[in-house]
Amino acid sequence: MHLRKCLLNRIVAKEDEKLKNKAERRLTIAKAMSEAIAQAMDADQRVLVMGEDIGKLGGVFGTTQGLLEKYGPERVRDTPISETAFIGAAVGMAASGMRPIVELMFVDFFGVCMDAIYNLAAKQSYFSGGRVKCPLVIMTSVGGGYGDAGQHSQCLYATFAHLPGMKVVIPSNAYDAKGLMTAAIRDENPTIFMFHKALQGMGWLGTEPRAITSVPQELYEVPLNKAAVVRTGRDITLVGFGVTLHHALDAAEALAVDGIEAEVIDLRALAPIDRETVRRSVAKTGRLVVVDDDYKSCGISAEIIAMVCEDPQAKLRSAPTRVTHPDIPVPFSPVMERAILPTASKVEVSARNAVRGFE
Amino acid sequence: MVKSRYFEESVKQAYLEGKQPLFNMAKGPIPGEMHLSNGQEPCAAGVCAHLRPGDFVTATHRPHHVAIAKGVDLKAMAAEIFGKMPGLSGGRGGHMHLFDPDVNFSCSGIIGQGMGPALGAAVARQMRGDEHVAISFIGEGAANQGAFHESLNLAAIWNAPVVFVIEDNSYGISVAKKDCTAIEKNSDRASAYGISGVFVPGNDPDAVYDAAGDAVSRARRGGGPSLIEVETYRLEGHFMGDAEQYRPKGEVERLMGIDPIPIYRRRLADAGVDSALLEAADARAKKNVDEAIQFARTAPAPEASDAFEKVFT
Ligand SMILES: Cc1ncc(C[n+]2csc(CCOP(=O)(O)OP(=O)(O)O)c2C)c(N)n1
Ligand SMILES: [Mg+2]
Repeated sequence: MHLRKCLLNRIVAKEDEKLKNKAERRLTIAKAMSEAIAQAMDADQRVLVMGEDIGKLGGVFGTTQGLLEKYGPERVRDTPISETAFIGAAVGMAASGMRPIVELMFVDFFGVCMDAIYNLAAKQSYFSGGRVKCPLVIMTSVGGGYGDAGQHSQCLYATFAHLPGMKVVIPSNAYDAKGLMTAAIRDENPTIFMFHKALQGMGWLGTEPRAITSVPQELYEVPLNKAAVVRTGRDITLVGFGVTLHHALDAAEALAVDGIEAEVIDLRALAPIDRETVRRSVAKTGRLVVVDDDYKSCGISAEIIAMVCEDPQAKLRSAPTRVTHPDIPVPFSPVMERAILPTASKVEVSARNAVRGFE
Repeated sequence: MVKSRYFEESVKQAYLEGKQPLFNMAKGPIPGEMHLSNGQEPCAAGVCAHLRPGDFVTATHRPHHVAIAKGVDLKAMAAEIFGKMPGLSGGRGGHMHLFDPDVNFSCSGIIGQGMGPALGAAVARQMRGDEHVAISFIGEGAANQGAFHESLNLAAIWNAPVVFVIEDNSYGISVAKKDCTAIEKNSDRASAYGISGVFVPGNDPDAVYDAAGDAVSRARRGGGPSLIEVETYRLEGHFMGDAEQYRPKGEVERLMGIDPIPIYRRRLADAGVDSALLEAADARAKKNVDEAIQFARTAPAPEASDAFEKVFT
């Protein structure tokens, strides 16, 4: 536990020395998101929030806590269960000078509103020759592991990251959550801001303690296109994001006991992906394991491995591998779900296999 | 209705095991979200009393009362909710995804999305020339989904033997119907599609029975689709663990005072139904439920490798 905290502080320090020294409040991702939105609403009258249960309830996953009380029902709009209409409306608001933030409660519900997302929001700039902007943030929960079954546990990172014209990010900790949210709101383009239920800090879901971090009071940005090297090492590169970053960190700790030095990268941005940071690391280590709790085929993990294989500088010392959710719907029964989700020990095994000489 | 209520009470008890004092959704014999139907039994019972096994029913994320009224195998359903091997899908689907093809029942957790499949099932029956119908149960919140309006229109132009039943419990999670619906009664929306629409007040099983009887027999006769909105109440939270702070003070107490089950029991007694009969029905329901829950608890868990089966058939 102590070791984890040290690690975390190192991450934060890397982000911004100045800010780290100022504040030592520890927030959950939910609180950090709510705070970023509130401060953006203070700073910019054009920012508004819409979604189901985001008013009085403060968001099912606590993303809009205190906003209705502070900014009133015109800027904090509880919507009917009408995602097609309110996400479509957000595109029109964005085209009309507003900066809407909408919540799609679970990413699994994208089926009823995807047209507004990928055919409208993501193409508004292109179709207008850059003359109509789409400063829109769609925040949406992802991930399983708590028995909510196949329509409420998916990740669908690649489904969104595949489509050009929108940015896709996912924080692994509260510091990044606030910074990414701030950057997303200020960005002139549509951003899908995914947050993982296992990290959100809602008591009823349990949470990864490492996701609760020190968060500066003032607004700051974490860039929407930069991965972070959160642990340095020379033997193997482990790439994760959201909850899988924590599996990678746990695996790295276990590997370190045997003297295997893993470099751990938090992708943070799923589109556009920070190819440079990943390639630079693998160029050094020559080995790669990607951890992804989305379906395996055609996913982020495939993209990471492909981009490394395409790199003429890469001198791979072992075949890159991935630890992912298999190509099956998320099963309900915990016996099945626990067995198929990525874990730190699966990452560790993959890494040990890659670094055979150490065994 | 009493079987459904006993079932929900038993599921509630099991669900809370391992989740106290700290509520964590992942813990206990039943993980994940749990949407109970306490209070909404009249909708399911009043409608399904008209149905045959060959009639097709889709329900929602809050499906237990409808499944029970439609005659879904109680043991297999309980085992599914506990994620066990003899469950309806072998533990793959859980409480929001119950499929029992033997009685043509299914449900799913995406709001409004049961309507299209019910419409299609109705048209399939119509094309086969049999007298079977389809029913789609939805919440009042679903009436603001595109699928609702598209399905009503399509059902109307195809004259499909389908009945759409709205369980109006006045909330979609924390958002009150009056705050998110343009009109007071969703049943009035039927007129926009030229079909019959009736509102059934009072959470009254007899009134639901009458309205559903008209709609189902119209559908069987080839008279086309209908929309019924039933005023009902949810006595529990949206899901287990809901703090329910969106409810006005005293609302739950008031609703408990008009719980449809004791009211109906009194009505039956007043109508001269022998109390021994009612007690026997109670005892039978309790025995069925206890056996189903016991079966589910002691049933074997699936193998982890079962997760990879049945993705395709
Ligand atoms: C398309 C879609 N949007 C949002 C949700 C999240 N959600 C689950 S239940 C619910 C409220 C549903 O209200 P209602 O239809 O009235 O049914 P009730 O829960 O009251 O039975 C919502 C918004 C969902 N499951 N599907
Ligand atoms: Mg409702």
